[in-house]
Amino acid sequence: MNPVNYLYLSALLFTIGAAGVVIRRNAIVVFMCVELMLNAGNLALVTFSRMHGNLDGQIVAFFTMVVAAAEVVVGLAIIVSVYRSRHSASVDDAALMKL
Amino acid sequence: MSKGVHSLWMAQDGVDKIEAPHIEYDLLAPTLIVVGAAVLGVAVEAFVPRRHRYVVQVGLAVLAMAAAFGAVVTLAATGHGTDEAQTAAMGALAVDGPALFLQGTILLVGVLGVFTFAERRLDPAAHGNRVDSFAAEAAAVPGGEAEQSAVKAGFTTTEVFPLLLFATGGMLIFPAANDLLTLFIALEVLSLPLYLLCAVARRKRLMSQEAAVKYFLLGAFSSAFLLFGIALLYGYAGSVKYAVIADVVAGNPQNMTPALADTMGNDALLLIGGAMLLLGMFFKVGAVPFHMWTPDVYQGAPTPVTGFMAAATKVAAFGALLRLLYVVLPGMKWDWRPVMWGIAIVTMVVGAILAITQTDVKRLLAYSSIAHAGFILAGVTAANEEGISSVLFYLAAYGFVTVGAFAVVTLVRDAGGEATHLSKWAGLGRRSPLVAAVFAVFLLAFAGIPLTSGFAGKFAVFKAAAEGGATPLVVVGVIASAIAAFFYVRVIVLMFFSEPRPEGPAVTVPSAFTVSAIAVGVAATLVLGVAPQYFLDLAGDAGVFVR
Repeated sequence: MNPVNYLYLSALLFTIGAAGVVIRRNAIVVFMCVELMLNAGNLALVTFSRMHGNLDGQIVAFFTMVVAAAEVVVGLAIIVSVYRSRHSASVDDAALMKL
Repeated sequence: MSKGVHSLWMAQDGVDKIEAPHIEYDLLAPTLIVVGAAVLGVAVEAFVPRRHRYVVQVGLAVLAMAAAFGAVVTLAATGHGTDEAQTAAMGALAVDGPALFLQGTILLVGVLGVFTFAERRLDPAAHGNRVDSFAAEAAAVPGGEAEQSAVKAGFTTTEVFPLLLFATGGMLIFPAANDLLTLFIALEVLSLPLYLLCAVARRKRLMSQEAAVKYFLLGAFSSAFLLFGIALLYGYAGSVKYAVIADVVAGNPQNMTPALADTMGNDALLLIGGAMLLLGMFFKVGAVPFHMWTPDVYQGAPTPVTGFMAAATKVAAFGALLRLLYVVLPGMKWDWRPVMWGIAIVTMVVGAILAITQTDVKRLLAYSSIAHAGFILAGVTAANEEGISSVLFYLAAYGFVTVGAFAVVTLVRDAGGEATHLSKWAGLGRRSPLVAAVFAVFLLAFAGIPLTSGFAGKFAVFKAAAEGGATPLVVVGVIASAIAAFFYVRVIVLMFFSEPRPEGPAVTVPSAFTVSAIAVGVAATLVLGVAPQYFLDLAGDAGVFVR
């Protein structure tokens, strides 16, 4: 199968993730959409790695997984602490500071 | 063989040996010291008794920053900033003039950051224990039982010092990153601790947590864009190394493969990839239209964190942006310059105009930082050697002023903690002339009044921009500076020429930590303003990127 198809898939996943970040209101779901965008980036990296015949892209993908895991640790800690003090994980409720 | 698949994957004999990379530990010493001390700081949290942790952590952090600064100076003195500039760790990091200059600046700003973090005299003692700006127990629900017992037991969040060191470590790598993978990792290493630091304020904890969640979600969103941009650029050039990408962009790659010939012709990969990469950087420097997070995060985060973050992140991110534009994408200069023009103009104008309407001093400084990002972008747009050196000088000048200004903000307090509403600052100059005068010096430096570092910096970037053929940018920049000067002077007038309010805030006398942070800020502002030539020369000597 032509690897370019995987690039189209990754662009599609990235777009779905970006749209989700903009549209969804629950902080956890927004965060999941960010993870989807990171994984779309991984898919593109691995596909390009196969096309170019070098391992750089695969190595970057491994590092991205580690970064994504670290981001989950930090992100969930922040979101859970906000949820515990407000009993809401909606990003619209977080509006103490406005223009 | 199907189309677009490289022959390597069809070969039966795979790679049989991977050579161990050669690491130049001496060249990487500044970063290794700081990150090593951060890891040690985590161990301190685990093994040292609670009552000793504060002293150990502060000492460790200050020592690490000082040692790393010594290492930077040694590298610069042995010519690694000029003749001996080279790449280290298999080309992953650059050790050159701009990298060393920015690393030195970040470390000095970082030490001042540690000082403001370590301040324990501002908040009234809780149950006989001296406390700092950070929550007794960050995990406890604000106002809940767990928090009250933590306050009663005299807990403090000493984890902030290792977090600060980790963030500083990422910032040291960020402007020195010489391939896209290192760039991405450095961005995350500097961002993740900052997200956490935003959430741990002692007072106004709901606002602090809100700032953290906003910063985190938007920061993660922007780094996803950065990662996809990296993927597309890698697809275009077949490598993540800056030098290789630059060759491919310029149209003469070192070794041509069929796959590269295929993707090189695809400008969509280059243009979209470059744009996404720049988007991620613009978010970090806080350029319009990616500035939305700045005022909320600056206002909600604990003020010492805001000061450190505002100064050091900007230094690191502009360093990385400069290297990207000047090393990786000079072949696309005619594509990115118009974009940078547009971004610089809106950033300067929007930052200056929105700052006028602000009523909170931290938000005011946040919008002022956006306007300053615009001024620095004007220097970046110059695309010549003066562009590099003037931006380096501006960043150093801006970093010290920012840390100092936010340190002053921590001093003005009433019963509810820091009194950041501007109306409460009325008449501060009559009650506490010294503190108001120091703040006025910082504001004048922000406004770019002669004899302050702000003037020397602005003059340098505008001169570079004009020489680089961006005269309209300079005109807009001067107009934006005039608008900005209005609200800085308005604060000064408010402090000195209005009646103090009877129930207004008082200036708390700080310990030697904050005093020295503010004193260094004032000294740097005046020295860089009165006698900038030595430092301009220093930045000028540092102004060549290694490839």
